[in-house]
Amino acid sequence: MQIVVDLTRCQAYAQCVFLAPEVFRLSGEEALLYRPDVPDDQLERVRQAAAACPVQAILIGEAVRADAR
Amino acid sequence: MPGDLWEGRIVIVGASLAGLRAAETLREEGFTGPLTLVGEEPRPPYDRPPLSKQVLLGTTTADATRLPTRRDPDADWRLGVAATGLDPLAKRVLLADGESLPYDRLLIATGTRARPWPHPEQAALDGVLPLRTSDDAAQLADRLAAGPRRVLVIGGGFTGSEIASACREQGIEVTVAERGSGPLVGALGGTLSKLAAGLQRAHGVDLRCGVTVTALSGDGKGRFTGAGLSDGSHIDADVCVIALGAVRNVEWLADTGLAAGPHGVACDAGCRAFTMYGIVTDDVFVAGDVSRFPHPLFDYQLLSLEHWGNAVTQAEVAAHNMVHPGPHRRPHLGVPVFWSTQFGVNIKSVGVPTFSDQVVIAQGSLAERRLVAVYGYRGRVTAAVTVNMAKWLEHYQSLIETAAPFPPAPGAADGHPLVAEFPVPSDVPDPKGLSHGPTVALTGHLPDRRLTVVRPGS
Repeated sequence: MQIVVDLTRCQAYAQCVFLAPEVFRLSGEEALLYRPDVPDDQLERVRQAAAACPVQAILIGEAVRADAR
Repeated sequence: MPGDLWEGRIVIVGASLAGLRAAETLREEGFTGPLTLVGEEPRPPYDRPPLSKQVLLGTTTADATRLPTRRDPDADWRLGVAATGLDPLAKRVLLADGESLPYDRLLIATGTRARPWPHPEQAALDGVLPLRTSDDAAQLADRLAAGPRRVLVIGGGFTGSEIASACREQGIEVTVAERGSGPLVGALGGTLSKLAAGLQRAHGVDLRCGVTVTALSGDGKGRFTGAGLSDGSHIDADVCVIALGAVRNVEWLADTGLAAGPHGVACDAGCRAFTMYGIVTDDVFVAGDVSRFPHPLFDYQLLSLEHWGNAVTQAEVAAHNMVHPGPHRRPHLGVPVFWSTQFGVNIKSVGVPTFSDQVVIAQGSLAERRLVAVYGYRGRVTAAVTVNMAKWLEHYQSLIETAAPFPPAPGAADGHPLVAEFPVPSDVPDPKGLSHGPTVALTGHLPDRRLTVVRPGS
């Protein structure tokens, strides 16, 4: 699974950093850095982080299967 | 009839963030016809912001930033093949492999590419790299991991500054060369450029402003070894990153009669492309970095934005309007927002800081590197930039949307007293004097002086 964080929306409440510290971290006070490819053993934590995000900035989804027809 | 719009054939040219989000939105809105996405890069859509941050720091690999989908867009993907032309009468997109794709409605989302170093033989030196694509980022990350003696970054815009930050975080010596008076000056004006310069120097960046790089030199075996500057000095370095801003991918639209030029493809607030005569089309739409669109908050000037958030929201509006008839169409009126993380601070911007004549530090201070700078034009608030105070952005966005008076009244910041600094000129430079391209361009003129005349076909 892949994630992308809408950093336009992110206000560094850092709920994700508490819930999934192996995927999300803060650089300085409020710059969020994250791992876009979520390891399977972190997926449940990332789902909790996405649900807990006060500004709902985290999108979890499959990478697109970009096949020609 | 709406029923007709939910069918037919749609082609999206550009398979990055805007193209993907448009494709998803078309399906969410009920479009059932065949949908084709054309992308010049062979990779499926990926996210670019991490390329100048996590990827250069080595905490993420360049091939790991693929974008998640909200839903499968159920599309025919033509990746690794560029669109080379458009026949708007026959309604066909021409591809580099000779194929032509028929469409009923077309979305142009071809974005931008890195502005190349102007001397091809110097740009070909081993160690001279741009940073725009996933492959660029993979190469640069490898170079940084190899422990270069010094990296030279040409251009002190957001990308150049983020690269310098990633170098310093790994203890790599870095020189930033910028033709303008300071880093980020093209986007944020003089006051915050001074803050950015201070940040860079405090983190050990060798920052050279007001200079141009005159020549890149090699060792005779094709390897980059250093560069000469216009002040007569010479920088010895192993790696040179060209961060001169972006060029809009519009060449494939030459001779189509569309209003396509160096600033992008002009469209209306509903994302419909204009012809070169200013007549709006109804079957060609535009979204993302390649577009320029009018915004009522900024005197209806055409804005070109290289912003992640704009690519998403404009793509969603364009897709909605591609499958809805006139009265149900929506305008793209979002207030521009962007962010940059560098040297441990988070910089966020709302509105258009270059659309200003004055700026005031409304909260915090330059010394703390924690502040809100508010920009005004003729007595109304037009932009705000936060440094490590992102939670305030929404408040200032509402001031911009309501054309609140500038400077903002004491107390407007919810109990925080207005710092007793008088507004100073916002000191927005003419972009022609910069190494980096500003990521927001008012493509007509700055409020207080005419900068650019856009001629069709030029």
